[in-house]
Amino acid sequence: MSSTPATLAPPARSRAANRSRRLRRSRDLWLGVTGVILVLVGAETLSRTGIVNPDFLPPVTEMYAALFAMLGEGWFWEALWLTVRGWAIGLAAAMALGIVVGFVIGSIPFLRKFTSSTIEFLRPIPSVALIPLVILIFGTRPQSAFVLVLYAAFWQVLVQVLYGVADVDPVARDTARSYQFGPIRIARSVIYPTALPYIMTAFKLGAAVALILEITAELVIGVDGLGRELGIAQSSGAVPETYALVIVIGLIGVAVNLLARFVERKALWWHPSVRSEQS
Amino acid sequence: MTRFLKATGYALGLPAILLTAWWFGSANSTNPFWPPLQTILETFPTTWTWDRIVGDVFPSLARLGIGFGIAVVLGVALGTAIGLSPTLRALSEPVLEFFRAIPPPVLVPIIALFAGYTGWLGKIVTIALGCLWPILLNTVEGVRGLEPVLGDTAKSYHLSPWRRLVFVILPGASPRIFAGARQSLSIGVILMVISELFGANRGLGAAIVQFQRSFAIPQMWTGVIVLGLIGVLLATVFKIVENRMLAWYVGQRQIERGV
Amino acid sequence: MSITTLLSGRTAKAPAAATTDVALDLRNVQKTYDTPGRPQVEAIRHLDFGIRRGELVCVVGPSGAGKTTLLRSIAGLLELTSGEVVLDGEVVVGPPEGMAVVFQEYGRSLFPWMTVRQNIELPLKEKGIAKAERRAKVDRALEEVGLTEASEQHPWQLSGGMQQRVAIARAIAFQPSVLLMDEPFAAVDAQTRAELEDLVRKLWKDLGVTVLFVTHDIDEAVYLGERVIVLSNRPTVLMEDVRVNLPADRDQLTTRSDPHFGELRGHVYELIQRAKRGDRPDAPAAPPAAASSPEEA
Repeated sequence: MSSTPATLAPPARSRAANRSRRLRRSRDLWLGVTGVILVLVGAETLSRTGIVNPDFLPPVTEMYAALFAMLGEGWFWEALWLTVRGWAIGLAAAMALGIVVGFVIGSIPFLRKFTSSTIEFLRPIPSVALIPLVILIFGTRPQSAFVLVLYAAFWQVLVQVLYGVADVDPVARDTARSYQFGPIRIARSVIYPTALPYIMTAFKLGAAVALILEITAELVIGVDGLGRELGIAQSSGAVPETYALVIVIGLIGVAVNLLARFVERKALWWHPSVRSEQS
Repeated sequence: MTRFLKATGYALGLPAILLTAWWFGSANSTNPFWPPLQTILETFPTTWTWDRIVGDVFPSLARLGIGFGIAVVLGVALGTAIGLSPTLRALSEPVLEFFRAIPPPVLVPIIALFAGYTGWLGKIVTIALGCLWPILLNTVEGVRGLEPVLGDTAKSYHLSPWRRLVFVILPGASPRIFAGARQSLSIGVILMVISELFGANRGLGAAIVQFQRSFAIPQMWTGVIVLGLIGVLLATVFKIVENRMLAWYVGQRQIERGV
Repeated sequence: MSITTLLSGRTAKAPAAATTDVALDLRNVQKTYDTPGRPQVEAIRHLDFGIRRGELVCVVGPSGAGKTTLLRSIAGLLELTSGEVVLDGEVVVGPPEGMAVVFQEYGRSLFPWMTVRQNIELPLKEKGIAKAERRAKVDRALEEVGLTEASEQHPWQLSGGMQQRVAIARAIAFQPSVLLMDEPFAAVDAQTRAELEDLVRKLWKDLGVTVLFVTHDIDEAVYLGERVIVLSNRPTVLMEDVRVNLPADRDQLTTRSDPHFGELRGHVYELIQRAKRGDRPDAPAAPPAAASSPEEA
């Protein structure tokens, strides 16, 4: 232990700062919990008092009862697995394809100019336009969902990667060149770190879009998964089960967002946007 | 002049190649799912007559417009309130985190319970609810991220709350609001189509599915093309509006980047 | 110290409502940051001075002397722990009516979505001034700062010095009884800085506005001010209130080479050096350990 006051001061300061941050966080946490409870109690009250027809909005307690009943059934876990699998495969394919194509197009100026109008045109084409096509070709097989997920997520990833490659600081690139770095070293030490935050954004956006399309395919086309179960529950009038499935799908969405944020933090610990968030 | 030609060449080169490839690649196609492009284009005028545009395309776009408009108004209003109040923000954060994570299409069965799905109401509610979250969350971020010195300036010049909102807070948040609205618009198009796939309906999405179910494949293809064109058209219109309203932001960014 | 004690003595006795020739008066101002969960930070221990109407006063101090805290307190953006700031005979509780602030961060205090004209006009709109008069006021302010040409441009299209001119034009168009300037030229290059200093002198003489100018630059303080208030290190007290008896007409070349300018500068420099060492009028004995005054993060 050093005894000079100068070295003792900073830890004392940061300890106090930590405490205030903890206080603020715990206050926010309690407020957040309160918010959730308010919504749950509010919905329960609306239903129990009949202000909203309980046939349309059953009490929250019934939704959760239905949810817990589902947890004991095989079909639920099967459907959950199929949904998550479809999402993951489609997203992985879109990421791989988007990153490769993005890096190639992005680092060759000719290709970038040559493809930009086509990308601008194809990107806004809504993926749901493909629904009738995939129904014809694949029917209710998982490939239907795969094509929709891949198409929707691919553009998100591609565009972000293109932004990322274009964002490389020309001074950094010139510095690397002046030190005689080869193209592979430039790609690894200059382009990749610049593009990485964009790839993380791509992952975040792509993950959310992929889930939307996976569920859509299940719900609309009838590909096996939670979305299909949701459609069945609704059309058979099992209202609490319908809500229970919406809650489950929403929680998957939350999990996907949390995962994306976690991956971003792990990969970008050195990046200012993440550092400032933590401090 | 040569620069103009060069730019046109770059812009039209690949689309021309792709269309040519499609044209000749599909020319002798006997696969019923992949009819020749020529057949598709010949079917186009007889399929997308004025009557069908008025009866199917316009109602779809009107529902999209109304739903999107409701989402913008609600999203900006709620987002501003939440962004300005740390307490409200902490209170609503986990709830919003959950609602925005729900893939919007699952709203369809829920809304169908309440409003039924044959009329306009259910569809508009679906579009509005799906579009709401990206706008709301981006507004919150935009309001929170407002430059503190601007806030001090507004305070020291005694701007009234109303003027502060109209001249300082909303313009300051507008780049983020537009970013959210752009996400919402593409979700809105998806929901516009999906909402028409439930129940017997008219509308663009319904028409396309009708073609597919009756195995009118070239007509179905024309529907896919129309849907694509609408997506591109909406994105273009949005970009024009954004460039007009955020001209200051675009200009400022260009100068910061030293362009 | 003579002037301060004289001035503050008089205004302290004067009833708050009576209008005197004192435009801005700080009475026993004290500010301690007391955020729950954080150690208390005593930023200002005791400040007590007044500024006469039409005076141009500079405030200098070593870095971390609480200059910004002081300015924000005067501007009503920060609550005092005790004491009061009196503007035109009224105690400041929020941002007061008769005050305009020019911030250091010119790039961030101008609204980027408005043109130069709209930026200057907005506070006037708030005052409820009619359109024609507003226009005339904006035109006059732009002329004063030499920016008539740029009225329809956006702030970010202008150079840093020009942006700060816009902020100054906005402040003078507002016609405050006191103009506060918070290190306004800290972020511009040396030549622009000299031009802007002369602009402030010119506006002060032309418009007769009362100016409180906070800076960390000793030369600038002596060159601009009629008085220079030197602050101690934190917790802030007054080191000395230096009267600058240079001629009213100043220019960058002759004034700065005036031997008297050199003497004053040397004197203020000396004070700042002493302040940095922890030498302070309220504690002539051994200064407290450096570690007890942590820098703000």
